[in-house]
Amino acid sequence: MSKEIVKFGKSPVFFDSFTRRPGPVKTNMHYCPGCGHGILHKLLAEAIADRGIQEKVMLVAPVGCAVMAYYYFNCGCISVPHGRAPAVGTGIARVAPDKMVISYQGDGDLAAIGFNEFIQAANRGEKMSVFFVNNSNYGMTGGQMAPTTLPGQKTTTTPYGRNVEVDGYPMKVCELLNSLDVPVYIERCALTSTANIQKARKSIGKALDNLRDRKGFSFVELLCACPINLRKSAADMNKFIDEEMTKYYPLGCFRDRSAESESKPLPPPPIHDPETVRSLLYPKKLDIGVAHTFRNESKLFDRELRLKMAGFGGQGILSLGIMLANMAKLRNFNVSWLPSYGPEQRGGSANCSVIVSRNKIGSPIIDSSCDLLIAISQTALDKFKDEVVPGSVLIYDSSTMTLPPLPEGVIICGVNASEIALKLGNAKCANSVLLGALAAVLKKNNILEGGDKADFDKVFNEAVFESFSSKPEVIELNRLAFVEGEKAVNA
Amino acid sequence: MSKKFRVDIAFDQCKGCGRCVIACPKKILKLGEKLNVQGYPAAYQAADGCIGCGGCFYQCPEPGAVTVLEIVED
Repeated sequence: MSKEIVKFGKSPVFFDSFTRRPGPVKTNMHYCPGCGHGILHKLLAEAIADRGIQEKVMLVAPVGCAVMAYYYFNCGCISVPHGRAPAVGTGIARVAPDKMVISYQGDGDLAAIGFNEFIQAANRGEKMSVFFVNNSNYGMTGGQMAPTTLPGQKTTTTPYGRNVEVDGYPMKVCELLNSLDVPVYIERCALTSTANIQKARKSIGKALDNLRDRKGFSFVELLCACPINLRKSAADMNKFIDEEMTKYYPLGCFRDRSAESESKPLPPPPIHDPETVRSLLYPKKLDIGVAHTFRNESKLFDRELRLKMAGFGGQGILSLGIMLANMAKLRNFNVSWLPSYGPEQRGGSANCSVIVSRNKIGSPIIDSSCDLLIAISQTALDKFKDEVVPGSVLIYDSSTMTLPPLPEGVIICGVNASEIALKLGNAKCANSVLLGALAAVLKKNNILEGGDKADFDKVFNEAVFESFSSKPEVIELNRLAFVEGEKAVNA
Repeated sequence: MSKKFRVDIAFDQCKGCGRCVIACPKKILKLGEKLNVQGYPAAYQAADGCIGCGGCFYQCPEPGAVTVLEIVED
């Protein structure tokens, strides 16, 4: 009797059946015949299994032929946008430092669209290992020129061969990476002959050892076959890689500091608790807000309210909108806040639209009529005066502006906000003066009803406290400005 | 007694790329004439003499197409 023992067989890191793959074939990968990805997948799966890190690995595969790696690998896998694997990998490595991030990228992905993400992650020494498949073309889209295409090489977008005068030279990623201080391990291998594949196997193992031991950033470039797009037989493909590609991309180890690099300790787990984050950011606490069942009694709030603030940049227009939005938020309204301003931080025109509703808000844009316009500059008032309709409230700064003709039935209130703010010692608090004026107008005209009158002042105080909890000296100033604004209207 | 080995190539999983055929140091693998369910001429072990090097396994881009087995006599 004889029995058979599997000496080389399918890795346990692959799924038994590729059920995530659509279509009838569940045993094979989607790659073309002879594709280098398949070889690398097998080496990677074997290396993961050998190290027993299957449960810890997060394989990040961006757009490219390997984006569907999650069909095959039975470990943490995530598909990400083109080129963004090192960026997403950074995020994973930071929030889940016990995970081992593998970035699996192609040459169009890593050397073109995602080069910045890649080189920045390498320069930060992120705890990840990057495997870079260099097959000298964009495989998934049908063999276009990639940054790694050789001079004179014909592709679908370089039918006469890559012209270095126009298209530049092949991008040598290992050499570029080797100019950075931080990376721990950089090597270039070729998946051609069995000897070369065995060398690559060792390199992949080393990169995963570094990953497991938290040594730092490791990078392995693999010259891979793409026989279908390059229209070559298996033998010609290997010959092309070994004889043509290695001229530009010499094989070998560019850097190996694995032995002397120390294992970085696991950082303390990141803070996931929003309350803790809040207490760190806003140490002072105030009991704010109301129960979720709270509903204002004024009829005004039965419908969607459209509020617009407009003036020069730097007058606090956007903050005024945020303050109103915060006030509504503290009373359980849905709120949208949409700013619009020029590129300059001071001067220029600025406005913001705030929509307050008990229902879902469809669009944050106000382009027809508004319920409230707070205008602090003449140009702003002239620009938006058509949005003021009968029943709207208009608050403007009477110290600097004159009123244009407006329709009957508009509730108009001028307050010399800038003057009051200057008297209080800080021109920046003019927006709180305007809010005080708004409170007075809403109460005087009985737009706010019953308990909502007193609640408006209360919610203003809560919002001020929330907005300025990191700047306590500003809180009192804004409260004072609010009171002064209210007084000025009632006088 | 020297060890004996055998290459098992899953007929319907082979895509006929021929990488194993050119890599085999003993030149005992061949591409068949018959097409498999995917439409490829599958490779097969055409002669004895496998030394169990695993070259064909590592050359093959498919995870489960090639299995190298050691034959153990009781």
